[in-house]
Amino acid sequence: MSEQRDVAGNRLPAHQYEENFTDIKPPLTAHQAVVESDRCYFCFDAPCTVACPTHIDIPSFIYKIRSGNLTGSARNILAENIFGASCARVCPVEDLCEGACVRNTAEDKPVAIGLLQRHATDALLTSGKPLFDRASASGKRVAVAGGGPAGLACAHRLAMLGHDVTVYEARLKLGGLNEHGIARYKLTNDIAQREIDWLLSIGGISVRLGQRVGVDVSLSDLRRNFDAVFLSVGLGDVNALGLADENIPGVYDAVRYIETLRQSADLSTLHVGRRVVVIGGGMTAIDIAVQVRKLGADEVTLLYRRGPEHMGASDYERELAQSHGVNVRFWSRPRRLLLSDGEASGVEVERTALVGGKLVASGEPQRLACDMLFKAIGQTLVPDALDAAARDILDTRAGKLAVDDNRRTSLAGVWAGGDCIALSKDLTVAAVQDGKLAAIDIDRVLRGAGDSSGVQHG
Amino acid sequence: MVDLSCNIAGIRSPNPFWLASAPPTDKEVNVVRAFAAGWGGVVWKTLGDDPPVVNVNGPRYGAWWSGDRRVMGFNNIELISDRAFDTNIAEITRVKAAWPDRAMVVSVMFPLDETVWKTRLAQIEASGADGIEINLGCPHGMSERGMGSAMGQQPDLIEQVTRLAKAHTRLPVIVKLTPNVTNILPAALAAKRGGADAVSLINTINSIMSVDLDQMAPEPTIDGKGSHGGYCGQAVKPIALHMVGEIGRHGDTRGLPVSAIGGITNWRDAAEFMALGACGVQVCTAAMVYGFKIVDDLIEGLAEWMESKGYARLDDFIGLAVPKLTDWKNLNLNYVTKAHIDQDLCIQCGRCYIACEDTSHQAISASRNGERHFEVKDDECVGCNLCVEVCPVENCLTMVQLEQGSDPRTGRAISHEHADWTTHPNNVLAST
Repeated sequence: MSEQRDVAGNRLPAHQYEENFTDIKPPLTAHQAVVESDRCYFCFDAPCTVACPTHIDIPSFIYKIRSGNLTGSARNILAENIFGASCARVCPVEDLCEGACVRNTAEDKPVAIGLLQRHATDALLTSGKPLFDRASASGKRVAVAGGGPAGLACAHRLAMLGHDVTVYEARLKLGGLNEHGIARYKLTNDIAQREIDWLLSIGGISVRLGQRVGVDVSLSDLRRNFDAVFLSVGLGDVNALGLADENIPGVYDAVRYIETLRQSADLSTLHVGRRVVVIGGGMTAIDIAVQVRKLGADEVTLLYRRGPEHMGASDYERELAQSHGVNVRFWSRPRRLLLSDGEASGVEVERTALVGGKLVASGEPQRLACDMLFKAIGQTLVPDALDAAARDILDTRAGKLAVDDNRRTSLAGVWAGGDCIALSKDLTVAAVQDGKLAAIDIDRVLRGAGDSSGVQHG
Repeated sequence: MVDLSCNIAGIRSPNPFWLASAPPTDKEVNVVRAFAAGWGGVVWKTLGDDPPVVNVNGPRYGAWWSGDRRVMGFNNIELISDRAFDTNIAEITRVKAAWPDRAMVVSVMFPLDETVWKTRLAQIEASGADGIEINLGCPHGMSERGMGSAMGQQPDLIEQVTRLAKAHTRLPVIVKLTPNVTNILPAALAAKRGGADAVSLINTINSIMSVDLDQMAPEPTIDGKGSHGGYCGQAVKPIALHMVGEIGRHGDTRGLPVSAIGGITNWRDAAEFMALGACGVQVCTAAMVYGFKIVDDLIEGLAEWMESKGYARLDDFIGLAVPKLTDWKNLNLNYVTKAHIDQDLCIQCGRCYIACEDTSHQAISASRNGERHFEVKDDECVGCNLCVEVCPVENCLTMVQLEQGSDPRTGRAISHEHADWTTHPNNVLAST
């Protein structure tokens, strides 16, 4: 390692790590939940429900919290979104349900729908009570490639509908980005795994860990051996910055780092720079910037090439970063890496501006020294690794899989959802909806109520 | 400056806000705190004959809460004063001497035994008290012993006991009525016949507050069992307003001074009772929930409002709403209103729509050009007011009178003539 780069673990007193990574939004107490639930107006055709990608009947679940019927409340939530507990924590609610709440109009303060949803689903997970039964066995078998939110939502719904499901997961742990890709302080107390344990308890879902579709098992094998296949493989590669020498020490992949952080048993062993630069404007950029601050980085600068209104991260997330001392610099992009002994020791930053709809450089570049530089500018699908056939169902413009409204691909018997499809919204909750819609359509096809040919490619 | 001084049947107080006979007026320490806070008078918690009654040692109160645990309704199974008669009289004497300008009314409940009334009323008179209130309303415990509401439900007994009290005291006598009757008028008339100087109402309403679904027992629960209690608090105000209004508008009871009781929590509640004819009001539950300091709002709010309306003294507005209280049959059927939604205030919750669509007249539309938008259909709206009541935004939904043209629902021309049920052709009993 270069002497100039100050990258080390143990930057904080031991107890500080636990404090820094506790729940960023603490749960409501029972009293707070009842008081907050009383604020819900029980709207007709509620705008919050419309805004929710999974269309949870939000007024009904809140009404049931108010009456003390927490199990019924959780049933309302989980019937539409089997990942209701983690979505309650990770959804950008200010852009979804809470953003649509009519309370915003009169008093600029929505009902705390996310926290109420957490209240009901936490109670259910604590009880472990099963809520859903399986329909009579259909005798059909479905393969799910990828055990993240989309895949498991699909698997659970298919199991409910009476089908037998096999989930192939490349990693040795289920959960996908929920388990590996989201900031640690959003999903504490192993909630992601507890939620999965509960949903698998419905039965009829067998899990093959360490089985990467495209490597350990091929898509054509799955198509041959199962009645239907759901692809929810996520995205593989991290996008390149497009700079020379970017694969050198000092340049880090935010997704990998967060994965390590999420699985770490001892956060003090994680090495973190004193001065850190993050490049990107989405949730992952915020998650890495805030987390390296919480690991003890002194100065964290987030470079985003456009303005706050263009950011993929919500206002809440941006403010979260800023309140944690992250210096968010808009209209700034890296021009080239600064090297020292073959390692990245900084970045030359140029100001940007929109001119005639095009992003152009403006002004003199500045030098920004850093010990770590994180790339957080999105990921891409690697279809070749999946299967040769997958190339045929690629939306070439989006670089992701093309599906119709029912999440069918143009390959007979193959559905897809989650981050790997062109329709993807980069949200856990949207991935859950993909899985749910696909399962409903798969069931329809397997029971002979519809043909299985999907989108046509021209 | 407006004058808030109050006179009910000769009992004077600097303002019309008294504390009702109840736990807040049980002892010297409470009453002194109340007077220091500004209350105009008290009705001392009901005295019985010795030996004193005993109270349960388990819970005495139950409540119905809003979502944030605001007490909306309240009930109790406490009995009358459980202290010796002389102890109470000694304290009453001291407090009245120390606070001569405040009204000191003593509530009493005795059996129909003339000796008791004669002796006890003389002692009360000697204490310096300003008046007597006969408790004929307590609906629990005492009623099982033939007193309280057991007497108050029988007009002949009301008259008899009032007469008895009047025979043995020169002090003004207020008769406190029970609402646990189908019609308040016979009770009020009986009190008047017996010589009552005033009536006070309402006492509490028979009630079971709730049922504990684990113990399978009514609440409050004492050792696994519960008994009905007396209901009070904000929830009972509409019932009390009705009964006060009936006394105010009925020919035989009109003019009988009324001290109104029933869920009064702020100055507005008090003003409403007085508009329906009450000379003053008594408060209990609000003080038990928030403490004595609420009298600040009662006094100040009433004075501010009176000043804004140009009322210099209480008599300027007492009873002004009484002539407007009438029978349904006299309501003008030619008065046509339609609901109107102020689109600038509408927050798009849609509650007006679903209430009207599911349960009323299908008179609100939920979309316009495919967009969420709520609008009243005048040709369906009967003017029922349900949408106004369920709308969470003040003044967003209002009822607007149709003054010209014709009603799009009935096609009938708007008439400025009064027409009511008494002359309606569908009324087979209508006078012609």
